[in-house]
Amino acid sequence: MTIYLNVWRQEGPDKPGRFETYTVPDVSPDMSFLEMFDVLNEQLTLEGKEPVEFDHDCREGICGSCNMVINGQAHGPNARTATCQLHMRSFKDGDTLFVEPWRASAFPVIKDLVVDRDAFDRIMEAGGYVSVNTGNAPDANSIPIDKVAADSAMDYAACIGCGACVAACPNASASLFVGAKLAHLSLLPQGQPERNRRVVNMVHQMKEEGFGDCSNHAECEAVCPKGISIAGIAAMRRDYVKAMLAAD
Amino acid sequence: MKLDAKEPAGPLEQKWDRYLKDLKLVSPNNKRKHHVIVVGTGLAGASAAATLAELGYHISAFCIQDSARRAHSIAAQGGINAAKNYPGDGDSVWRLFYDTIKGGDYRSRESNVYRLAQNSNNIIDQCVAQGVPFAREYGGYLANRSFGGAQVSRTFYARGQTGQQLLLGAYSALSRQVSAGNIDMYARREMLDLVVVDGKARGIITRNLVTGELERYAADAVLLCTGGYGNVYFLSTNAKNSNVTAAWRCYKRGAFFANGCFTQIHPTCIPVHGDYQSKLTLMSESLRNDGRVWVPKNPEDSRPPQQIPEEDRDYYLERKYPSFGNLVPRDVASRNAKYVTDEGRGVGATGLSVYLDFRDSIKRLGRDVISQRYGNLFEMYERITDDNPYQVPMRIYPAVHYTMGGTWVDYNLMTTVPGLFCLGEANFSDHGANRLGASALMQGLSDGYFVIPYTMGQYIAGESFQAVDTEHDAFKEAENASRERLSKLLSINGNKTVLQFHKELGQFMWDYVGMSRNSEGLKKAISGISALKESFWNDVRVPGSNDTLNKSLEFAGRVADFLELGEVMARDALEREESCGGHFREEYQTPEGEALRNDDDFAYVAAWEHQESGPAVLHKEKLAFENVKLTQRSYK
Repeated sequence: MTIYLNVWRQEGPDKPGRFETYTVPDVSPDMSFLEMFDVLNEQLTLEGKEPVEFDHDCREGICGSCNMVINGQAHGPNARTATCQLHMRSFKDGDTLFVEPWRASAFPVIKDLVVDRDAFDRIMEAGGYVSVNTGNAPDANSIPIDKVAADSAMDYAACIGCGACVAACPNASASLFVGAKLAHLSLLPQGQPERNRRVVNMVHQMKEEGFGDCSNHAECEAVCPKGISIAGIAAMRRDYVKAMLAAD
Repeated sequence: MKLDAKEPAGPLEQKWDRYLKDLKLVSPNNKRKHHVIVVGTGLAGASAAATLAELGYHISAFCIQDSARRAHSIAAQGGINAAKNYPGDGDSVWRLFYDTIKGGDYRSRESNVYRLAQNSNNIIDQCVAQGVPFAREYGGYLANRSFGGAQVSRTFYARGQTGQQLLLGAYSALSRQVSAGNIDMYARREMLDLVVVDGKARGIITRNLVTGELERYAADAVLLCTGGYGNVYFLSTNAKNSNVTAAWRCYKRGAFFANGCFTQIHPTCIPVHGDYQSKLTLMSESLRNDGRVWVPKNPEDSRPPQQIPEEDRDYYLERKYPSFGNLVPRDVASRNAKYVTDEGRGVGATGLSVYLDFRDSIKRLGRDVISQRYGNLFEMYERITDDNPYQVPMRIYPAVHYTMGGTWVDYNLMTTVPGLFCLGEANFSDHGANRLGASALMQGLSDGYFVIPYTMGQYIAGESFQAVDTEHDAFKEAENASRERLSKLLSINGNKTVLQFHKELGQFMWDYVGMSRNSEGLKKAISGISALKESFWNDVRVPGSNDTLNKSLEFAGRVADFLELGEVMARDALEREESCGGHFREEYQTPEGEALRNDDDFAYVAAWEHQESGPAVLHKEKLAFENVKLTQRSYK
């Protein structure tokens, strides 16, 4: 297949960006989307041009590095699929594709398709943990945990922190990311002692970083490569109100 | 230089306890004065950084990804071993130790492996306390499953995302210490050199991957937690950024590199499908619990797998190894897949794959149970191959997955450079010539949570530290060397891309230093790689500049180091005239085609010392087995 690409190129955070057009011939349907970019970059390098910078690492949908908006959709057209797991068989010969980075003021562009997602780390630092020092732990089986609760916690814990939820949200809200971490920990007994302060601190940090609020568009859930449910956002809201009422 | 493993005296079961009893301590207000650098934030790095920070050390942590949470430990699927014996099936610390030593084909240090088995239970406790959502039974207690190379169920798991969950646990502990001000976290930084002052590791040079700036950091100890070197083969299950550079620069500063030829080729990966392929994807070994491996009996059989009747199928692992069946260790499973494809019985368009069939398990347990156990793996498989494994058997083939070799360390996890420690996959220490499934996560976390806090403390307490600042000549020299190298890479402007060189190197490694090796091939690899290295430095084209984000430049530096490593690996494989674990020398095999060890001559760790001019020099650390009897591994 031949694919016509319009790729966002931007030299740096303060530089203006633009779409550049490229043609990639001989694309195999078994190629992954990023492998097509590898081919394009080889082509550009041999032509003496600068390759397109994009973040990628594990290429099996778990590290959360890759972040392309493809024809307006974060991670492209397939449900529950990160960009690196998207294969060219999802497209047709002759397709024209627009490829952009995540767009959100809390995720400034570093170069081309690479964005700065440090804001997510700072939200985690605000409370996304259980305060237990190494060596403090009791025997792992001393607290039985209901299997249903543990499975549900795992559903939320599966978040890969890619930021597609933010990219898809009209408000650039990080509520699904934050809600997923909160729900994971509040479903487990280990998460209870810090439950109130965790939700307050993480929600406040999210605002501090310039992410918007949730207005129930549910676009985040639609693009999430791990299929995380927006029920996590509802739980976050409940917990936040409870925590605020509980505060002096 | 004589290698001293510094193993504590006394009976095996008491070595670590005695070590802890005699340990020198650093007082809390002194810990604050000591600055420690941790390079890499995978399981080993994140757990070490968090724990040392909790103890009061001042930590600077570095990773090449944009966030500490993305280190490649995240991709481990199947599970983590521990000797809890919750299922009551006869497990114990001794048995986990024994299985690990035996699985490693008797090429690891008894004392290290025993300590690993002892720590295994603490790891599970710690992770559960952090909120890691391990799989549970309906009664609320933790679930276990079995893995290759063991006859007990001792593997704890979180669906097929155990590495992710354990790493996120360690990352959350790290985040907590960042917020407490005890860790300075530097993401998108690549370590380019080690700074040695008066014979001790005192700092590192990093490149800021966003601005290209070279940065100097000074410390009293440096912890190398930078993972394995599987990407020397180009195609592997490693993440694209996994590399040997940090470890290799330490090697060039005097840290010996051990057992480079011990690489693990994992039996259950999705087969290669085209020359544009950038990496291989692992399907967790846990699949072998319920999947049956087979090929057609007849090489000419071209029927679709569902139409091949039972009598025309060869379940070769079950046939050859009746007591372990599909759960033989990884090296045995991989080698047998190679044998059947060499016989022309491989399946798929390329003939380079075998079937992993769930038909019987689905019949026995129902689709729901199988989907609960492996749902996400099946989905991933279908996404990549467009085949539905509920209906047709998976096709799998071995791929490079893990490297048992690495930087040489003593019992303290200290390298041959005082003050430089090495943890996790980056060191060589615990898995011998073959690693058992679900043991990598265990080792990374054991090193980080439960070993280094004590052993590094012992070093700090026993040394006096002159203040060293980053204006010291050693920092200037190291920074200049890195700068010159980067300029050189950018100035060659040849005709071949970094990727082309990497693929050529990978082909040499896979063909001659892969699943099966021989003297002639290894010699071919050594001369071929040497010529390729020469050509790289004359003909590579690296686009862009140094003062910006430039992944081509990052990759160029890494491939340059892989070219040197490849040669040392081939020499290591040539020197080891025996077969053991993942290292299979065709000249040394039993009449049944199994690995034939030579314990009299090769029961040692091969540690290579870099020379400024001339080839690396081999040092041998003799392995003493006082507690286990060396036997021919048998999984029959």
